[in-house]
Amino acid sequence: MSRAVLLHVGVIALLFALQFVLSDYHHLTLTRVMILSVYAIGFNVLFGYTGLLSLGHALFFATGLYAAGLSATYWGFTAPTAFAAGIAAGLAVSLLIGAVALRTTGVAFMIVTLMFAQAGHLATLYFGDITRGDEGIVLPEASRKFAMLGATVDLADAGLRFNLALVLLAVTIGVSLLIVKRPIGRVLIAIRENEPRTLMLGFDSFRTKLFAVVVSGTISAAAGAATALAFGYVGSTFASIQYSIYPLLWTLLGGAATVLGPVLGTLVMFHLVDLASGYTTASLLVVGVVLVLLVLFFPKGILGTVRARWLPWLP
Amino acid sequence: MLEVSGIDCFYGDVQVLRGLSLSLKTGEVLCLMGRNGAGKTTALKAIMGLVRARAGRIVLDGVDIGHLPAHEVPRQGIGYVPQGRRLFSELTVRENLLIGQMTRKTGPAALERAVHLFPVLKERMEQRSGTLSGGEQQMLAMARALCLEPKVLLLDEPTEGLMPSMIAAIRQSVIELKRHDVATILVEQRVDAVLPVADRVAFVENGTVRDTLPVEAVRADHGLIDRYVGVGH
Repeated sequence: MSRAVLLHVGVIALLFALQFVLSDYHHLTLTRVMILSVYAIGFNVLFGYTGLLSLGHALFFATGLYAAGLSATYWGFTAPTAFAAGIAAGLAVSLLIGAVALRTTGVAFMIVTLMFAQAGHLATLYFGDITRGDEGIVLPEASRKFAMLGATVDLADAGLRFNLALVLLAVTIGVSLLIVKRPIGRVLIAIRENEPRTLMLGFDSFRTKLFAVVVSGTISAAAGAATALAFGYVGSTFASIQYSIYPLLWTLLGGAATVLGPVLGTLVMFHLVDLASGYTTASLLVVGVVLVLLVLFFPKGILGTVRARWLPWLP
Repeated sequence: MLEVSGIDCFYGDVQVLRGLSLSLKTGEVLCLMGRNGAGKTTALKAIMGLVRARAGRIVLDGVDIGHLPAHEVPRQGIGYVPQGRRLFSELTVRENLLIGQMTRKTGPAALERAVHLFPVLKERMEQRSGTLSGGEQQMLAMARALCLEPKVLLLDEPTEGLMPSMIAAIRQSVIELKRHDVATILVEQRVDAVLPVADRVAFVENGTVRDTLPVEAVRADHGLIDRYVGVGH
């Protein structure tokens, strides 16, 4: 087993162990962090490895969230089926959005993805009869319970929820590692470095980038579906622009194009906001100052800088 | 093997190539010479499908490649080393070479053969390509194109900015490729780097080939180079 794999297994084992020592509050926060880390990892596939900055990832997250939440509420889907519906919807939407948005590049790509996400956000408000807009929907309790191996699983149970979130995170880290270590990972990086050159080597860069959008969008949708089912709530805030900006901040902070960077970035940002809000109402100002310092001293993000300076083998 | 017949290319409304024609036989080294802006690089880009020819034909071994999407052209067996190397600087030497062989699935033997031409790369396989010297980067760019096992190799100013020992190594590699029946189109400004390896020289002026002559004829008539490339080349 390579040291890279060992490191990632170690991190997952550490997260598993933390549930036994954390307070209820931090237990819940870590569950949320793990699910949102999945979202950041999805974002990182597109931004970190492929070099495509999407400002509309909230659309993919919200697609998973609403597909899972609405199917559970209106059609009585059980949690596993609703989760699968969220992933399938994310896959379909990312394929569609990717096929259109990838006709553009650079700033135009950012704007097009942002516009799609804004349209998605407005749709959640416009169809308020179904989505209940900003107010949102609390999922029926029954939809968060399901039978597995002869036992009843209740997603309202904090311990179970924590471990399911950990499983989802572990699978996503595994997928991310797999992509990075396989030839496709090298091609994604090559596209980020010099797309015209990949064309000259015979790569259909459009198809490769579409693959990245679909993987990224589907992982983001999985995180959205998990959020809906784990916390039993869907609302249009999750489709707003701030949910497009969050994964960018988390990824930049932790280290773009590193597998664990988005996880670390999400964790640090959550606790930074948490700590700062305990001391002052101007918590975002404190967070801003800390972020500026981090960017100054860790320009490639925390793990990006660690890799550049000390651990070149870090994936 | 490669026939380019009467191609016209434009950048916007500006016509850059005007009925440019050239041909290349198996294992032949053809040098394109001409002043800056004559259309040499555009000719290579047109062959690669990176600039679309509005008229004329580009045929490789009987297949019209002029209408193929750009990413399909290398798969037909044309390798291109553009001016300025353009490596994937974050990837290691090995990863750059592996990417080079992916689309034609040429296997490890192709990589071995490419590295055999440039032994210095063997010692640098795990080094990030962005940290190589200029000469080593040029060798890697060529080796990566060779991983495709091309029938035709297009080299755009491969000796630009390199020291004499590196130029000699690159010249030697072109001779070696010729032995293996790889045809090469070489765009160069440096006459001393070209004449020892070229079979024919095509002089490009105003987007068209004015003269194509055997290298012996070019060696015998220095006035030709002065006329097409300029005095002090």
